[in-house]
Amino acid sequence: MNKEFLNVIVADNDENTLIFFKNILKELKISIKVQCFSNGKDMMLYLNNDDAVVPEIVFINYTISGKDSMECLEEIEANSKFNNMVTAIFSEPIPENEIEDIFVKGANIFMKKPESFESLKKVLTEIITINWQYHASGLNKDNFILKV
Amino acid sequence: MYVKFDFNALCKKVLDEKLKEHGLKYRLLNFGEVEFYEPLTKEQHSLFKQNLEDYGIEIIESQKTALVQKIKDAIVELVFSDEIIPVKASIYISEKLNHSYGYLSNLFSEVAYTSIENFIILQKIEHAKALIIRNKQSLTEIAHKLNYSSVAHLSTQFKNTTGITPSQFQKIIGKRRRAQSTVINPKMQYE
Repeated sequence: MNKEFLNVIVADNDENTLIFFKNILKELKISIKVQCFSNGKDMMLYLNNDDAVVPEIVFINYTISGKDSMECLEEIEANSKFNNMVTAIFSEPIPENEIEDIFVKGANIFMKKPESFESLKKVLTEIITINWQYHASGLNKDNFILKV
Repeated sequence: MYVKFDFNALCKKVLDEKLKEHGLKYRLLNFGEVEFYEPLTKEQHSLFKQNLEDYGIEIIESQKTALVQKIKDAIVELVFSDEIIPVKASIYISEKLNHSYGYLSNLFSEVAYTSIENFIILQKIEHAKALIIRNKQSLTEIAHKLNYSSVAHLSTQFKNTTGITPSQFQKIIGKRRRAQSTVINPKMQYE
């Protein structure tokens, strides 16, 4: 249960964002294995596969194509094999009521996507660090809500 | 229906039963510490380890990790205790573990990827969340119980840790629960 690294999935249509995420996650103190998907449909296909390693955390772009991010969330919520997986939605600025809705649908993290590489690095470091605490100390994932 | 767990009792019971099941001669010491009367063979060790993994129980091998785990346990005890413990956290932890706080604090940051101070805040906010969800105490009472000087202090720390206010948190959890109950009973949607 308490492995020395985290499995992370990132899903975004934008290849540059995926590269940013990958480069940042690779450099953190906590060891991370990253897997990327360019649309929601492929990500869910992979996750629903019986052989797939369920990651500790998935990052999904709010406006991802292939399968709507909220549809992905609902599928994840409905399947008990994802009970220990943390879901993070990231997006350009959106209204507060939409953010609330994302949390109500079961997301643990909402991240307003920072503009610069440096601030993305800062925010991702924060998310992974707090996520590690939930992972390593067995905190209640259902109560894990973080808005950054 | 909501149920409340006594995690200590639960974990101890599971451990006890598993040890018996494997026919090992042992003695349970402090929480999470087992002493064996006979050394385990490699095979016994790996079988036992495998079996425990199904329950989310991990055998801690390294001394450093074990010490950090003890610090975490002490913090949880401190934060979730029903009485307010009238000493500073640093003194409580260093007396409990019999090491200097400086040593423990450095070790903790190295192994746990966060500082003891941040871990205490995280645990306090977790406790606050659990109490908010239980919905039996006002925020003022919760702030007092968790040893905050005021509601404002609790709210600020809550917001800094989670990005949302305690009342937003309460609202989200409430909506989630209603959404879940409408899935179970779809007719309720049309009332």
